[in-house]
Order: sequence, then C-alpha cells, then structure tokens
Amino acid sequence: MRTSRGALLRYLALRLVLIIPTVFILVSVVFFFMRVIGDPITAAQGGRLSPEQLEARRESAGYNRPVLVQYGEYLSQVVRGDFGTSFSDHRRISDVLITNGAATLELVIWALLVAFLVGIPLGRLAARFHDRIADVTIRSFAILFYAAPVFFVGLLLKLLFSSKLGWLPSSGRASTDVQLALDRQGSTTHFMIVDAIRSGNGEYIADVLKHAVLPATALGLLTAGIFIRLIRINMLETMRTDFVTAARARGVPERKVVSRHAYRNALIPVVTVMGMEIALLLGSSILTETTFEWKGIGYILSQYLLARDFVAVQGLVTAIAIVVAVSSFLVDVINALVDPRVRY
Amino acid sequence: MAVLDPTSVPAVRTPPRAGRKIPGLALIRSTHGLQRAMLLIGIGLIAFFVVVALLADVIAPYSFNAIRGPDGLFGTQLPPSSAHLLGTTVGGMDVLSRIIFGARTAVLVVLLATAMSIVVGVPLGVFSGYVGGWVDRVFVLVTDALYAFPSLLMAIIVSVMVSRGQSSAFGGIFAASVSITVVFVPKYFRVIRNATMSAKAEPYVDAARVAGARPARIMFGHILANVSQSLPVLATLNASEAILTLAGLGFLGFGIEPTAAAEWGYDLNKALSDVTNGIWWTGVFPGIAIVLIVAGVALVGESLNDVLNPLLRTRGGATTADEAELEAMVRSVATQPTMTDTARAHAPPSEQSPAPPSSDKEGDER
Amino acid sequence: MTTTALASLAHLAVRDLSVSFQTDGEPIRAVRRIAFDVKPGEILAIVGESGSGKTVSSRAMLGLLPRTARIEGSAQLDDTELVGLKGEAVRRVRGDRISMIFQEPSTALDPVRTVGWQISEALRSHRPLSRKAAMARAVELLDLVGIPDPEVRVHCYPHQMSGGQKQRVMIAMALSCDPELIVADEPTTALDVTVQAQILDLLHDLREKLGTAIILITHNMGVVADLADRVAVMFQGEIVEENSAAELFANPHHPYTQHLLAAVPHLGKPRPAIMDEVAPPPVASRVVMAMRDLHVSFPGRIGSPPVHAVRGVNLDLHAHEILALVGESGSGKTTLGRCAVGLQEPTGGVIELLGTPLGSVSARDLRTLRRRLGFVFQDPAASLNPRMSVGACITEPMKVAQEGTVGERRARAAELLEAVELPVEFAERYPHELSGGQRQRVSLARALVMRPELVVADEPTSALDVSVQAKVLEVFVRLQHETGFACLFITHDLAVVDMLADRIAVMKDGELVESGTADEVLRAPREDYTKALIAAVPLPDPVEQALARQRRRALRAATRQ
Repeated sequence: MRTSRGALLRYLALRLVLIIPTVFILVSVVFFFMRVIGDPITAAQGGRLSPEQLEARRESAGYNRPVLVQYGEYLSQVVRGDFGTSFSDHRRISDVLITNGAATLELVIWALLVAFLVGIPLGRLAARFHDRIADVTIRSFAILFYAAPVFFVGLLLKLLFSSKLGWLPSSGRASTDVQLALDRQGSTTHFMIVDAIRSGNGEYIADVLKHAVLPATALGLLTAGIFIRLIRINMLETMRTDFVTAARARGVPERKVVSRHAYRNALIPVVTVMGMEIALLLGSSILTETTFEWKGIGYILSQYLLARDFVAVQGLVTAIAIVVAVSSFLVDVINALVDPRVRY
Repeated sequence: MAVLDPTSVPAVRTPPRAGRKIPGLALIRSTHGLQRAMLLIGIGLIAFFVVVALLADVIAPYSFNAIRGPDGLFGTQLPPSSAHLLGTTVGGMDVLSRIIFGARTAVLVVLLATAMSIVVGVPLGVFSGYVGGWVDRVFVLVTDALYAFPSLLMAIIVSVMVSRGQSSAFGGIFAASVSITVVFVPKYFRVIRNATMSAKAEPYVDAARVAGARPARIMFGHILANVSQSLPVLATLNASEAILTLAGLGFLGFGIEPTAAAEWGYDLNKALSDVTNGIWWTGVFPGIAIVLIVAGVALVGESLNDVLNPLLRTRGGATTADEAELEAMVRSVATQPTMTDTARAHAPPSEQSPAPPSSDKEGDER
Repeated sequence: MTTTALASLAHLAVRDLSVSFQTDGEPIRAVRRIAFDVKPGEILAIVGESGSGKTVSSRAMLGLLPRTARIEGSAQLDDTELVGLKGEAVRRVRGDRISMIFQEPSTALDPVRTVGWQISEALRSHRPLSRKAAMARAVELLDLVGIPDPEVRVHCYPHQMSGGQKQRVMIAMALSCDPELIVADEPTTALDVTVQAQILDLLHDLREKLGTAIILITHNMGVVADLADRVAVMFQGEIVEENSAAELFANPHHPYTQHLLAAVPHLGKPRPAIMDEVAPPPVASRVVMAMRDLHVSFPGRIGSPPVHAVRGVNLDLHAHEILALVGESGSGKTTLGRCAVGLQEPTGGVIELLGTPLGSVSARDLRTLRRRLGFVFQDPAASLNPRMSVGACITEPMKVAQEGTVGERRARAAELLEAVELPVEFAERYPHELSGGQRQRVSLARALVMRPELVVADEPTSALDVSVQAKVLEVFVRLQHETGFACLFITHDLAVVDMLADRIAVMKDGELVESGTADEVLRAPREDYTKALIAAVPLPDPVEQALARQRRRALRAATRQ
C-alpha cells in the first residue's frame, strides 16, 4: 500500500506539472487568434483615428514591434501574474478578476447546488425505473433541459416569475440600495451573500438570495440535464456488472446493492466529467450573466469583446485558461481519492 | 468475365448483408416501443425544420428583414394577429417570417459545421492514434487544452477573428460554422483517436500488418471503417451543439448580422428587454424553435446510442452457428457418415446469445 | 422450519426446470425441463460447452437472471421452493444457504471497496454482527482459504491482489455464512494452470473439512475428473446424461458425451493417428527463424519502472517443425510471437527471419518479407475485419501484394476454404455469420494464402469449445504436414502441445526456462517449473487424476524444502 501511495503522489505531481503546457497552449492560441484580427489599438480605434495618429499610438504602446517579441513580452507578464490593464476603462485586469470572478463563482456555486439537488436524484430514479414511464419522463426532461439554451430558459423564468407574477427580481445581484449599503460596509469580499450575512441584516440576505434564484435555476437546470444523463447511464452500466450480481448473490439487500456498490462506482465517471462541466459552466455563465445582468466574468468579458478591447479580453481569457487547467487538476485529485484504482 | 481491371468489384466482395441498403429503415425496425417513439419524434422534428428551411421563400409571409408590407410599416411589438401570426419584433419585423428564415440559417450552419468538423477531425484522429509517439502526444496535448477550454468562449474568439466585420449572409454563416468547427474538432479527435488506439490493438489490424499492408491502407481501409461506428452519435451531438452555439453567438451579438440573415439567438437577445414589459411573443417563439430542433436532433442521437451500441457487440459469446455446428457434430458421431459441413452451411446466422436486454453505453457529455 | 443441525445437510432437488428468454422474436429456450439432485456434501459437476444452458440453470435457482427470463418447474432446497421466490425471501437464501463463486474474480469484486469490507458485508447481510466482529471473521476466512498475512490483506483493494488471490477471496466470501450449497460457476477458467491447481486443491480440502455440497459448473473435463462425485452433461439446454464420475468417464453412453470425451486433449496419451502421420523432421534442418539474446521491455506507466516482457531469449525454429512455446499469462510468450513476425520491435538482441536480420530492414522490405509469413490469432472474431467478406479476408494478403487477378484470388480462396474443410460458398459470408470454430479455420486459411514458410499461431484454439478445438487442430496439423510450413505454436495448454508439437520451449517471467523435444520436456522435465506446470494439468480421467493429485502434493512438498 505504501508503494501505491508513492505512485499516486508521483502521478498527481505529474498532473500538476501538466498544467503548464495546457495554459501555455491556450494562451498562445488566444494570443495569435487575437493578433490575426490586428493589434488592440487598430481593432479598438480603427475607424476613429487618422492613420498617423494610429501609428503614433501603436508605436507608443509597442505594437509596431515584431509579433514574436510582443508574444514573449506577454508571456513574461503572465508569468509574473500581470494580466495588463484594460484599454477601454483602464481597470487592472487582476482587479476585474477578483471583483467579477467572485460574482461568477457565486453564481456557479448556486447553480451547482441546483444541479446536484435536481440531477442526482432524478438520474438515480431514471436508472431505477429503466425503460418505464418514470425513466422516459425524466429522460425527456433531461433532453429538454439540454435542448433549451440557457438564455431562453432565463427569458421564460423572467417572463413568468418576474414580469407576470412579480415574485422575484429579474436582474442584477441585489437591489440598488442593498448593493450600496453592502458596498459602504467596507472590506467587501465581493461575494454578495457573504457580505449580506456579515451585515447581519435579514432583509439584505433575503434580497440577495431572491436575486440569485432565477439565474441559479437557469444555469442549474442545464447542468442538471447533463447529470441526469450521466448518472442514469452509469448506474445502468454498473448495475449490469459482475460485482453487482455477485453482491446480490451473497444476499446483500437490493437497496444496499444500489447505494453501496452501484452508486459509488457510477459516480466515478461523473466526477471525471465534472472537470469538463466547469468549462461548460463558465461558457454558459457568459450567457446566463448577460441574460440576468449578473456582473461576473462572462458579463464583463462580453462587454469588452463588444467594445473590441482586446487587451482586456486577452487578460481575462488567460485567467480563465488558468482556472480551467487548475480545476481539471483538482478533479484528478478528487478522482484519485474516490477511485482506489487510480494509482499509476 | 475475364475483366482484368483490378478496380472492378471482385465477386468475393458482395454487398453486405441485406437490410443495410436503407440504413434508416433498418434502424427504425431495430427499435421498439418507447425507443421507437423517441426516434420517430426526433426524425419528424428534424424533417420538419429541413422542409421549412428549404421552402422558406414559399412559406414565409414576408421577407426576414422586411419592416414594411404593401400597407406601409408593420409597426413594432405588435401582438399576434391575423396579419402577423406571431406578432412583430421591437425592430418591426414579422416574427413568424424570421423564425422560418432562421431555420434556413440553422440548417445551413449545422450542415457546414458538421461536415467541416468531420472532414478535419476524423482523419486527424485516425492518423494521430495510429502513428502514436510524439506526434500523437503533441496532438493530444493541444486538443486536450482546447477541449478543456469553454467552448462558447472559443467560438466567440474565432468568430470575431473570422468574420472581421464581414456582414454578408454567407460570410456570417461561414464564420459561425468555422467557430463551431474549431470547438468540435477536438471532440472528434478525442473519440476517433481513442477508438483508433484500441482498434490498433485489435488482431484484425495486426493481421493486416502481417499481410504486409501499408499504413495508409490499414488506417483508412481497416481502422476508419470500424471506428466510424461512433460517428453517427457524435454527429448528432455536433449538430445540436452547433445550433446552440450559433444561437449563443447571436445572443451575445457575435453572430450573423441581423440584416444579412435571420437568426434565432439574435432575436432572443432583442426580446430580452421586451420581457420586462410583458411582451412575450418576440422571445418565446424563436426560443421554442431552438428547443424543438435541438430536441429533435438529441432524440435521434439518444436512440442511436441506445440502438447502435448493443448491435455492434458481436464479439465473443456463442452464436447459434456454434450450436448448430455442435449439433451436427453429435449427429455425425451418432450416425457415422459425415454430412456435417452442408448442415453447418445452412446454420442460421445470429449475432447475440440470450443476453440481458439491450441498453445504452456511455453517452456523451455536452 | 428446518433445525440448524439439519440445515448443513440439505438436499437440493431440481425437477422439470425450464428457462426461456423473451426476445423481440421467438423466445429462446435456454434450459429445457432438466432434473437433478445434489445430496448433502456431494460435488455435482454440470458439464457443457458454451450455450448449453449450464450457467443459466444455476442462476435461475437464485433468481439472478435478467427480467426477460421466464422460469418454470421446481428447485427445492429441503422444503424451500426456490423457483418463484421473491424479494426478502430469496435474499435470505442467497449467500446464506446457497452461495456462488464466479468465473471472473476480477470483475466479481467491487473495485472501490476493500476485500474485508466486502466479506463483512456478506456476513452482516445475514448475521447480526458488529462491524468489528465481522472484520475479525473476515480475517479468519481469508486465513482459511490460504491468503498469507490475512490481517494485512483484509484491508487491500481487489486490484492489489493477484487473480488467484481474488478467487480465494471470492471463495472466502462464499463460505462466510456456512452455506449448505455452493454454486461454483467456472471457478478456475480465468486462472493459469498452476493457480487453477491450487484453487482446485482448496475446494477439495474445503469439502473434506466443511462438508458443503458444491455444484461445479465447468467445460473442463480435467476439472470434472479432479473434483466431481457425480456428473451431469448438458447439451442444448437439456441434461443428456448423468452418472457417477468414475462411471461416466469409463463408460459414456450419450453420443455427445462420447464425442466430448474423445475430443478432450489428454496430456500423456498417445497422439491421434492424424497428428502423427509424418515423422518429425531432423533437427539439423535449415533454421527459418533465430532469436539471439532477445529483450523486449515496455515503458511503465507514468512514474513506474519499465516492464521487461522478454529477457535474453535464444530460440531457433527449423524448417518444417512445430515448436510449441508454452507459458502462463505474463510469461512473455505472446510478445515473443509478435517479435517473430515483426509486429513488435525488440529493445535488444537480434531476430533473423528467413535469413534476414529484422533490425536492419526497411519498412518496405519488412512488408515484402511478411508475405512469406502467416499469423493465426487467438480470437478469430476479432482478427477478421468484421466489415469484409470471408473471401476478401482470406485473399487480403494477395490483394495487398498485388498478386493474381481477381479470378485467381477467388480460386485461391475457394481452394483454401476446401483445405480447411469449409464450403466454398462461405467466401460470400461475413465473419459474424460464422461459428467460432469456422472463423478460426478462415483465419487459418488466410494465414496460408501466400504459402508461407513460417506460421505463428498465438493460442489459436483457446477461445474455442473443446469439441470444436479438436477439429481446428486436426485441420491445422494436416495442413502443416501437407505444406510443410514451420510453426511457432504459442499456447498455455500442455495437453494440446502434447498432441502436435515436435519441440517445446517453456517460458516463465520473460525467460526461456527449458526447451527440448516434446518427449524430453513432457516426459522427463529438468526444471522444477516445468514439473509443476505438468503436474498442474488436470487429467480428464478420475482415476489418473487422483494419482496425479497425490504426485502434485508430493512434488510441492519436495520443492518446498
């Protein structure tokens, strides 16, 4: 057992090292894609400045140098943790990452909560009643969750709960006065709900929670659809394995066969897929945040893209690449903990 | 006879077993009950949208960008009425017409994106998986990195890069297709490459190598035919993802110019502000169109997944041909004269032993 | 209610048991009105080949069949009727009164739970034991089935154990609640011969010690002869013959039983006439393949050392001879075979193939060279491209070599199909339409299409049923005599080797342990490993096998000192 632990640590260390080429590739791809369009100044100011002015601006910013030199410079910046300053509103990208990143993270956590609460029980139910009405109904729902774009679900939710029924707010992370009050509190964590709890004001907390319900549901249902499919298929597969038959053959009660043997084994591939879900969640959060004007990374990124502020875009995308690479490493760690066979 | 042209079809290569000539029908016949209902609904939905896309000019009451008819301007945000069955948008365009022409855009993008993804991703996967070594490692590293990256974000970046202010209808559709292709090539690559890796270890590939076949023949004569089994399911996934990505791009404002072609995602974006005023028809109808077409493709994909996988599991296990052979042998032992081979020759073919009922293999994550 | 004293002496009576499976078409009748008894403490072997219904019938008793199965008839364990038993009632029988041992121990154990956990789960499902007490009992059970250091191993996960150990764990689990009957479904099929012998010894001892009745389901006549008191022979869902083991082997009545017993290769018996038509060629004849100090190693998984599959092997294969390469799984025999035809590149040493050193040839020359070689694979279903017709499969090497016209190729395919005793019409069929034995003959035809000088056959019959295997071997040897190719025959089955090999080379852990003529190696082995290997082969004859068991024990006692 000791040797296997050593092997496990070696494996994880190697996975940790692999983060570097992953990030490197993504950063490079993004950098060169962006440069195909042109340098940030030409892209942003193209029609508005005279060619001479443009040239002067490019020279002062160093964009007239060879692309490879700029690329090298950018890489060294990233290594130092400097993602640059946005072109349009002169914010430091690292500040944007902290402020808006907290918002996105908050949304993603709420959404995952919805996804787990809805997806896992329904997936198990569908597998349990395989090929019967419950299964077909749940599968149909999963397909609908999958087929409906998150912004359409968001639109329907807003239409029903906000516009028609008036129960919930339709956009933002909190009402304006609550937002202001929380900002005035000082030393904000940028996590709205944490700030609200710290304020100790029940109304603030309720307000923040109310604002989170619709976006979390929209994003959560989408993810739940994937969970349902995955859990159902994996449960069905493990229910057919020899070790499940063997457990039955030694008289283990059916309920325990399912919960102790099938469920646990079925969760392993789900954990693996979770790594990719993070990328999906980040992608979908751009749409969700735009729909609900939730000022997270996706929202601000889309704003910068529309403003053709490619310095900001590049910085944010680089940061997202790092997040993705790190989280897929974390998933490997979890996987290694859940599955004793991962010991390489 | 005596045609010495080596390209002429040799008699030993007769067409494969009956029932494969019309794959669709054979597929439907192999389903039953709810599975068949799912498949038929899916096919029906897809067929519906394809017909709408083809006949858009005929069916649609107005052009997709018309804001005025013979009686002057339509007016904006009009509720559904006899003149505008689904109402008009905030820009004063007919919602129904935009949905109908939107189907054309969606179908075009799906076809283009799926074709491009397959043409690039599949050969790359077969090649990388077969050659292995450093080439493979580099490909895997790059595609894994791209795969892990949020696909919508990648699509946005590529679309901004490709379109570069192009506003023609085809330019927009092409840009959207390319960005979906960039997202999907890594997915095809992964699946096909892994299938190739395992196919490479299959004895029939070794057998071809022992026979002295060249790598190209092995890759594209033997392996490709066998790994392409996973393509239908992957292609449906690709198609539905293409529609969703297209709509997502449109929604965020990186898609096709609204004056160049109708696009559902763009309309939904414009409808977002209507919602606060209780105007529902501008958003709900294009949204339903997206849901229906994606659900249609997804239903077909799910059924394919259910049906194709167990069918393909022909390996191992006893066939009834085995049993027939045994029976013939025993008879030959009992009554000495051996007629066994003719008896065997008429043994009915079969693929499966009495195994538990069919079911689905690992589906695909989005 | 039975008393506990009587419970261990239960009697199983199966009457008119039928099982059919619902399908989209006709229901498949897997078991048809079978009847048998298992008396207390008795070992009943149910023998049959694939598809005979032997596994289905035993699973039917425990309700372990899929929902599409329809079970009729009766199976009574004392006064408990098992057919139709549902829910909690059947659960209480499973594992407590009747327990099961599965064929494949590596898939029958839950990979994410420790073996101790799984044994105590079995215990606690039937006995009110504390977790600690169950664990303590699990350690005792592991000790009983001969697992060393049970206190440590009880905390292991299945993947940390060898195949034989996993099967011991399965047996421990089956014994955990002192069942009245154990159903052992092909308990040794997935294991190597030497491990098989140990597991058979264990089952033998346990029966002596505990007196549990056992239903032993197997296709291996040697295993039957080793363990069974009585034998029921199943064929196409019916029991065609039932008798005491001694009587059945000495005097089989049903034609199927006769055929089966005649087809079983028997180590040490004289070869059938067909196999011995031609005298072995002189050893001094031309060498077609030579290996000198051959090494093959594979890079280990990330962070672990490389695996040495073959280390320092020297081997010569002469023209016209059959050289059998024998070894257990992981011995490197398959890797060596792949090296011989250039499918695997050695990491050290030299291979000379038909006079050409492989290391220096170009890919192009290697392809040309390969046209003079043939290869027969273990799994015929996998080695024939499922998308090509049989005719196309057979003549592919010709097509690749651009040899012959279409008509000539077709004629050659027909000729070869005839040579392997298949109807010529088979050229038009697809591999999946053929039985396993037929496919393997097609595979053989393909290997011979270019009239090779050397054929490598990698376990060509191990995926086949015995009665089919006999036919394939017969065809193989006849063709070898007729065309005179040299053959490297890779196998784990010594009885098969005894039937056809001129010379034998024994491999263990990547090294060549012993080689010599067939008689030298099999009748007068020099190395302990070879001796153990030969002693482990169960003989399909109860009388001989009982003697062999004693010899094996003596041998083990001797080598232990």
